[in-house]
Amino acid sequence: MSIKILNASELLFLNKFNVDEKNPHIILDKEICAKCEEKPCLAVCPAQLYTLDEDSRICFDYIGCLECGTCRIMCKNKGISQWHYPRGTFGVTFRKG
Amino acid sequence: MPQDKDFDVIVVGAGPAGSSCAYTLAKEGKTVLQIERGDFPGAKNVTGGRIYVQALEQLEPGLALEAMLERQIVREEITLIDYDNSNKKDYYIDLRSMDGAGRSFTVLRSKFDRWLADKAEEQGVVKVCGIRVDDLLEEDGEIVGIIAGEDRMYCDAVVAADGVNSLMAQKAGLLDELRAPNFSIGIKEMIELPAEEINRRFGLQNKDGMVKKIFSCTGGIHSEVFLYTNLASLSLGAIFFPEEAAKRQKSVQQLFQELKMHPFVYPLIKGGRTAEYAAHLVCMNSYHPSLGKLHKNGFLIVGDAAGVILNIGYDIRGLDLAIMSGLAAAQALIAEQDKEEIGIAYEQELNKVLLPILKSAAENYDSSPIPLIMRETFQLRDNFIKIYGRVDAL
Repeated sequence: MSIKILNASELLFLNKFNVDEKNPHIILDKEICAKCEEKPCLAVCPAQLYTLDEDSRICFDYIGCLECGTCRIMCKNKGISQWHYPRGTFGVTFRKG
Repeated sequence: MPQDKDFDVIVVGAGPAGSSCAYTLAKEGKTVLQIERGDFPGAKNVTGGRIYVQALEQLEPGLALEAMLERQIVREEITLIDYDNSNKKDYYIDLRSMDGAGRSFTVLRSKFDRWLADKAEEQGVVKVCGIRVDDLLEEDGEIVGIIAGEDRMYCDAVVAADGVNSLMAQKAGLLDELRAPNFSIGIKEMIELPAEEINRRFGLQNKDGMVKKIFSCTGGIHSEVFLYTNLASLSLGAIFFPEEAAKRQKSVQQLFQELKMHPFVYPLIKGGRTAEYAAHLVCMNSYHPSLGKLHKNGFLIVGDAAGVILNIGYDIRGLDLAIMSGLAAAQALIAEQDKEEIGIAYEQELNKVLLPILKSAAENYDSSPIPLIMRETFQLRDNFIKIYGRVDAL
């Protein structure tokens, strides 16, 4: 990809992911998320996997997770009910860095 | 009746801390199982891009010479950008004379971590990749093994080298919940560029390399852009404070893209090709013995998991300290039999190795460009002190 502003999906498309289809490694408690006012996850996820739907509810897709853990430390109200690494061989593989 | 052990030691993680520990243990005749969740060592690891190689020599004399490294860093450039983006101030540090402890190289983890883990394997370490350790086996307050999927493996000691989010340390009950103010987030693009073009663009000879750091506070968001020259690629990244990004509701992904196209950054990477995108948490507090206990009976924490970091103002060192901590853990495991004594010996050894480095970092602070930068009547200085002045506190 030439040097230009890239959106999150363009950036993630460059990486190698092996998706564990049936086992999300991060699980949200949407009821807690609905009550969370700050929603820091929207800003701090470098893969922008946390978004809002038209009713301002948190949507999250674990596919494309860079496994950095920033959402985990920033989630103050425990809306993230499970944060684990993907099972072995699954998730992101950094081939270049 | 205690379960028969499968190995003397199980090391969780095949980064530099885990592999250094496994290497030394196996060399001294211990049976070691090393478990890595990635497809290969380094597959899950992210670093800015520099390693001080003295630590490799401590692990094994001569090891630094054969290490999978990129370019020796001979020059460091630090740029401060003023609030309104109009003013820029450059500082240069010539590192050409650096030898011994100060010698550093750019590094790519997918190559380096794999190489170091292979060295450990040559010493007799049993290495398995693609396996996630799910939990620890605990009996009477002692860690006696690990659980991975359906498998239970027993050992005398578990070494947690599972990185900054150490879930193992948490499962052992040694780490409080991580606190965000202590962490920044590093975001990185790998940009491929031919070696000749890197040499031409940055005025480098052969396999000499350089580091560039650009500190700014655009839109009230502090950032440090870093650029490391690898053999035929550039590691371009930025460090942000997640608390700040969340407060101002600015996406760190977008902030990084904006910085990438900044007139002081773009010319450095122009014509390159983005090949990968990565992110990682960075612990901003230097290691300190008061950080908390790094052991429990049958259990030791090393490397990033143990917060073994040195923030020297304009640079954050972790890789070499990780190696030293892995080595210290191995030495304690070799020297002591009693489980409690092992933990105490590890922390003593760690402090013996790391505290002089932290002390000399504090002393070298005066001869570094930081006080000079502080003296300048530059608008950014207060912020610079806020973020990078922590060496003072040592």
